[in-house]
Amino acid sequence: MKYLDEFNDPELAASLLGEIAAVTTRPWTIMEVCGGQTHSIIRNGIDQLLPDTIELVHGPGCPVCVTPLNIIDQALSIAARPEVIFCSFGDMLRVPGSTSDLLRVRSEGGDVRAVYSPLDAVKLAAEHPEREVVFFAVGFETTAPANAMAVHLAEQRGLENFSVLVSHVLVPPAIEAIASSPGNRIDGFLAAGHVCSVMGTWQYGPLAARFSVPIVVTGFEPLDVLDGIRRVVVQLESGEARVENAYPRVVTEQGNATAQQMLDEVFDVCDRNWRGIGEIPQSGWRLADRYARFDAATRFAVDEIDTPESGRCRSGDVLRGLIKPSECAAFGVECTPRTPLGAPMVSSEGACAAYHQYRRLSVDEVPVRPPADSIRG
Amino acid sequence: MADAPDVGGWTCPVPLRGHDRIVMGHGGGGKLSSELIEHLFVPAFNDGAAVELHDAATVPVTTGRLAFATDSYVVRPLFFAGGCIGDLAVNGTVNDLAMSGAQPIAMSAGFILEEGLPMATLAAVVDAMAAAATAAGVRIVTGDTKVVGVGQADGMYVNTAGIGMIPEHVDIRPGRARPGDVVILSGPIGEHGVAVLSTREGFEFGTDVRTDSAALNGLVGDMIAAFADIHVLRDATRGGVTAVLCEIAASARLGIEFDERAIPIPPAVAAACSFLGLDAMHIANEGKLVAFVPPEGVDDVMDAMHRHDLGRDACVIGRVVADHPGTVVARTALGALRVVDVPLGEQLPRIC
Repeated sequence: MKYLDEFNDPELAASLLGEIAAVTTRPWTIMEVCGGQTHSIIRNGIDQLLPDTIELVHGPGCPVCVTPLNIIDQALSIAARPEVIFCSFGDMLRVPGSTSDLLRVRSEGGDVRAVYSPLDAVKLAAEHPEREVVFFAVGFETTAPANAMAVHLAEQRGLENFSVLVSHVLVPPAIEAIASSPGNRIDGFLAAGHVCSVMGTWQYGPLAARFSVPIVVTGFEPLDVLDGIRRVVVQLESGEARVENAYPRVVTEQGNATAQQMLDEVFDVCDRNWRGIGEIPQSGWRLADRYARFDAATRFAVDEIDTPESGRCRSGDVLRGLIKPSECAAFGVECTPRTPLGAPMVSSEGACAAYHQYRRLSVDEVPVRPPADSIRG
Repeated sequence: MADAPDVGGWTCPVPLRGHDRIVMGHGGGGKLSSELIEHLFVPAFNDGAAVELHDAATVPVTTGRLAFATDSYVVRPLFFAGGCIGDLAVNGTVNDLAMSGAQPIAMSAGFILEEGLPMATLAAVVDAMAAAATAAGVRIVTGDTKVVGVGQADGMYVNTAGIGMIPEHVDIRPGRARPGDVVILSGPIGEHGVAVLSTREGFEFGTDVRTDSAALNGLVGDMIAAFADIHVLRDATRGGVTAVLCEIAASARLGIEFDERAIPIPPAVAAACSFLGLDAMHIANEGKLVAFVPPEGVDDVMDAMHRHDLGRDACVIGRVVADHPGTVVARTALGALRVVDVPLGEQLPRIC
């Protein structure tokens, strides 16, 4: 597969790691914003291969993780209704609300379906005029255009039995919130490549200048991530703080104009709560007034559902990069993928789940051995 | 695209009294049941020998140890690229037997049919079972049919059970894994799961991914003939290769290390996994096995595998260690180490 093997080449990785080690003269703390990058870093063990002086902290860029508890509870309430077909991306199904999750609602008789595209939900609405089809529209700028398109199509086709429960969030306000928080330790950011494929890179220049932080737009394969880290370190070591695009095969400065038009058409920017972090001003999207009748929260009158988060879960500190998942007292004890206290333990992109999946054993204690193919004979 | 059910060529040996769909009476034990047995199951599963219908089949055995396995099949859709529930149900149980080193000698087939199931669909599944049984060299000697109401089953469910004879001096089981054992994988992974998923969801991934469903008893027979003291065999079905490694590590209380670069993943499977956010190591296979072989037997076993169609891409992927008992550790493509574990439930496609 083009772009899979090429960006996983051990020799090129070793050469990038060598460059990073050669250029690094002091400790730096770098945040990868996107959950997909966190997954790639932990899955490939990139953090173990970097110089000890470079610390990676895992940012709030997992849509599953930052969707607030009250919205999950609203989703559970809607999904349990007999007239509803509730459609969601797969990894939202196991996210715990305050008392249940979507998989449990399904086992209790709710019609909950995993779909691969919001357009599948629109199709279901057309096929089942007697049912109410609700799509759980979560995610960053990456997933939002298709969700906007779904609403737009439903309107065009006059599908009055289709609605969306919206909890969209935006990356730049989150970077701003982290960079301006009192305890901020982040020296540089890897920005999320796929978000920028939609929105472009132009939003990040003012942030880099205002907070004097390098922001490097970075992809997801191991070599992409290493190149992003290398570029951040090179900037930091030379005292620079600007936006760089390390993912030019996908990202342009202006982004995808068609997608942006669709977003402008369907959504308005709004204040948004982030699970574990709290409200960030102007950090999300809601349906624009002219599409308000597609808002599932209003249609099913679940706006009032509001639930506090677990006091024991420190996912907010994890998502802000203040602690590593393993530094939370509940990690691996009360909080496991089977019994998650917070959302980062649920999604495979969540920092806590990634740590639990791949780093439970202190891998440093595992003796280094030759690759398996040299064992034979 | 997926194969459509190939039912066009099927003709009922004797018309089933005009029923082109399953009705409740086909499971009721009366004349309709008898007709189904007489005109569909017996001709398909019996190789021409005189058959005396009885409550139980009798099977002559020699002395030694019997292996006995059962499995139920609830796959949706019933037909997918390269196979169907029928060949799956035969190969799956044959493979369960083969993983103890046994050669299958007889199987049962139990059908739970949904009222309204087209007779032609059942016939196509039964034909696929018969062909798979012939290919595996096993006979389906007894069976049962029940019919449930509309909406109570996904068309049909199949249960198979099988018995097989274990050759003398063969002792293959998880507890025999030892530090130093070399871990061998019989070929590329992920094809069955991706084939079913792509048929179910209507995905296309550039090239056609077909199920790898196959009976492994022939391959296992060749491996044992080359080196009898194979320690562990396990087919990498639900949970994929990851589940096999984790289960063996846990039950033998040993560590396993493997090299991710050594795992053969077909490009179309890798593309599908990348697209859907799945891990090929967790995806089900229906014609792949993992073998744990002591170092002195590796060359003989590998040579035997490479000579067999179902093992021609066999490769060494790792080995058993005394360290970190119960834990599987992967060396990543970049040379780092990470713990590998099975997912909690089914894999859930990621958002982005």
